Amino acid sequence: MAIRLAALAAGILATVALSAAQSAEPEHGGILKFYHRETPPSLSIHEEATFSVNAPAMAIYNNLIAYDQHKPQASIDTIVPELATSWAWSKDQTQLAFKLRSGVKWHDGVAFTAKDVKCTFDLLQGKGEDKFRKDPRKDWYANVADVTVNGDDEVTFDLKRPQPSLLAMLASGYTPIYPCHVTAAQMRTHPIGTGPFKFVEMKQNESIKLVKNPDYWKKGLPYLDGIEYTIISNRATAVLAFVAGKVDVTFPTEMTQALINDIKAQDPTAVCEIKPINVNTNLIVNRDKPPFDNAELRTAMAMSLDRKSMIDIILQGQGDQGGSLLPPPEGVWGLPPDRLKTLPGYGDVAKDREKARAIMTKLGYSATNPLKIKVSTRNLATYRDPAAVLIDQLKTIYIDAELEPVESSAWFAKVARGDYSVGLNLTGNGIDDPDQAFYENYACGSERNYTHYCNKDLEKLFDQQSSETDLAKRKQLVWEIDKKIQEDVARPILYHARTGTCWKPYVKNMTIMNNNAYNGYRYEDLWLDK
Amino acid sequence: MGTYLIRRFLLMLLTLFGISVLIFTMLRIVPGNIADILFDAAGMIDVAEKAKLEHELGLDKPIVVQYAAWIGGLAHGDLGYSYVSEKPAIEEIAPRIPITAKLAGLALLFSVAFGVPLGVVSAVKQNSKLDYALRVISLSGLSMPAFWLGLLILMGFVKYFGTIPIYTDPPKDFWSALWLFSIPAAAVGFRSSALIMRLTRSSMLEVLRQDYIRTARAKGASDQNVNYHHALRNAVLPVVTVIGIEAAFLMGGLIVTETVFNIPGVARFLVEAIRWRDYPIVQNLVMFIAFVAVSINFLVDVLYAALDPRIKYA
Repeated sequence: MAIRLAALAAGILATVALSAAQSAEPEHGGILKFYHRETPPSLSIHEEATFSVNAPAMAIYNNLIAYDQHKPQASIDTIVPELATSWAWSKDQTQLAFKLRSGVKWHDGVAFTAKDVKCTFDLLQGKGEDKFRKDPRKDWYANVADVTVNGDDEVTFDLKRPQPSLLAMLASGYTPIYPCHVTAAQMRTHPIGTGPFKFVEMKQNESIKLVKNPDYWKKGLPYLDGIEYTIISNRATAVLAFVAGKVDVTFPTEMTQALINDIKAQDPTAVCEIKPINVNTNLIVNRDKPPFDNAELRTAMAMSLDRKSMIDIILQGQGDQGGSLLPPPEGVWGLPPDRLKTLPGYGDVAKDREKARAIMTKLGYSATNPLKIKVSTRNLATYRDPAAVLIDQLKTIYIDAELEPVESSAWFAKVARGDYSVGLNLTGNGIDDPDQAFYENYACGSERNYTHYCNKDLEKLFDQQSSETDLAKRKQLVWEIDKKIQEDVARPILYHARTGTCWKPYVKNMTIMNNNAYNGYRYEDLWLDK
Repeated sequence: MGTYLIRRFLLMLLTLFGISVLIFTMLRIVPGNIADILFDAAGMIDVAEKAKLEHELGLDKPIVVQYAAWIGGLAHGDLGYSYVSEKPAIEEIAPRIPITAKLAGLALLFSVAFGVPLGVVSAVKQNSKLDYALRVISLSGLSMPAFWLGLLILMGFVKYFGTIPIYTDPPKDFWSALWLFSIPAAAVGFRSSALIMRLTRSSMLEVLRQDYIRTARAKGASDQNVNYHHALRNAVLPVVTVIGIEAAFLMGGLIVTETVFNIPGVARFLVEAIRWRDYPIVQNLVMFIAFVAVSINFLVDVLYAALDPRIKYA
């Protein structure tokens, strides 16, 4: 009886302590320490295309609008104002006007005005005198005819046609507003923003340091005095540094299931979450090169895939089957499972392979006369490992493939030249949105359309869904397009990976987004309960 | 001696010139340049933007012009700008040299402090239990990969002390620096000390069998006097050569240790710069390491004459 009472008392105490901790008021102060997997090329977000940049740099900047940092599934419905206080579409949906926040200052004390917004988009569209060294997302704003300034506190985006997804792109971590008075070159070496943290320094191979912006326009924020990223390129060392408490958070979305198991074994208090990051691994087939110009052969290849095995072998089950858009429930636009099952290569593996072998036999291949090919991929483990499994699966339909690892720096140049037959690639989507995914990866002539897939009729559907303002109608169109892309074997998606992030329990208010890896790093209301 | 020194100095310059040509050419043979890498990170190639960037960085100029520009700058103390950080290369390279120098110095100290005396003991006590034990230790030192030993040390620290001896911030004072560098230095020095120990042992065994050692003993010299005054002085010449080679290696070859212990030194920076094809950094760092290596070799040669009066340079 006494033991039961003691257990009950302990339980009550634990519950009280837990609820006290959960309802604890945020505290100011402290430096949040991350490890970073590599030295980013710069912290000028507009010029880069990796979340190695977004993760430390997003806290320096603000957007006009942004995704709510505490809603895991980023979508049009979770957009909140930042430097804009409100926005409104014109009746014909070709003008988007933003009212801007007044009293906001850049980190160097200069006042933020509407001109800064115009300058940013002029830079992105290559219209200004100053130029970016590289501009990886200029296509996002191809539909923006002009950005006009109405006084200091209002800007209007004039569009060539309606495009509701423009809001999704403006809310991305990839779309910060840059100051007019700072050059693009300076933004690479010493970025100036309006965000919750100011840039202090970035030392190659050593660290990135940010300090609290005391004049942040959100009064009372940020809670932290600063954020420091220690660059630890060796993942084994980085994991040990986290376990030993040298850093409070691992690099976002860097942990595999195996590493999380290792961390939890050494530090059971660690909080770890595994989520989709909207990066898919895909098969690229050069449709300009015989015999791969034969649609039947490409279909047979797609039907040889056993995606579940791949996910189990490569990701220990931490992945999802899907089309070109991230599958639900985390993905907003992905094909639902019942539709996915009807696509070639997504149904019964044994039956699909039987059909694929029949096609191969018809084309003159057999077990004794296999099609000999090379599967080219970047010489990195995340590429090589699935390529090895892919090669094994292609064997089941009389394709005898050999792995061709390509030096990383030569990979995209090789693919752009069309100097490959079959390859394996990874595609990261900055936002969970059809416009970004379709135009970037499947539009005729796009730089990232590595297979040179081109379907003019489908492009009309791209425009149609892009202009559609009714969400339900748009979703139907998007599914129709995605289905067609898969049926055309434009770029068969092998899987959408899930990866993890871990942090110490005293790090509060951390939310990991579950349909992107590029948009959730503002960190203005993170605090340390130490 | 003077003529010899001048000749050696000129030879040093010739060697450095050869290395400069070699590294410059090799870097340009390797596929890809900074523009390729920057666009690779963006998952695309914009041919026009890439060409513009190459033009801005002077990568479209003939290779001879690029080489002349580099050497001309180097002669005037202008190392150029890092392609990645866009800062002067000297600002990127200079802070890393003392970090690696401290690590390499400590590692060398560790290897000499343990390697030479233990090698002597091992030779003097040949075929004793102590000799066997020392030989096993030295063989382990030679056969254990540095990254494996380093990770083992880190895991041990995390498990038993709840901390990890890696570089996350610059050390604030001498003692914190000593603590920070001593563990990786020991991990590196273990291999070097094993090498020096084995070399000292075999060299000592050879010398201890010489007639003049027997003569010294016959004249009544004590064991200590024979071992350390007569034998070691003559046995140490090949050891000095190896110490010199190790010192030169340690300035640029600590990539694994710097990576495992997260030390922002020269070697890790060099590898990273190669990955980015950051030519100004790679070229100047390689030249610095080459300069250290040829200087140490030169010093070793001079030291020979000091250690062995029979050696005369003409």
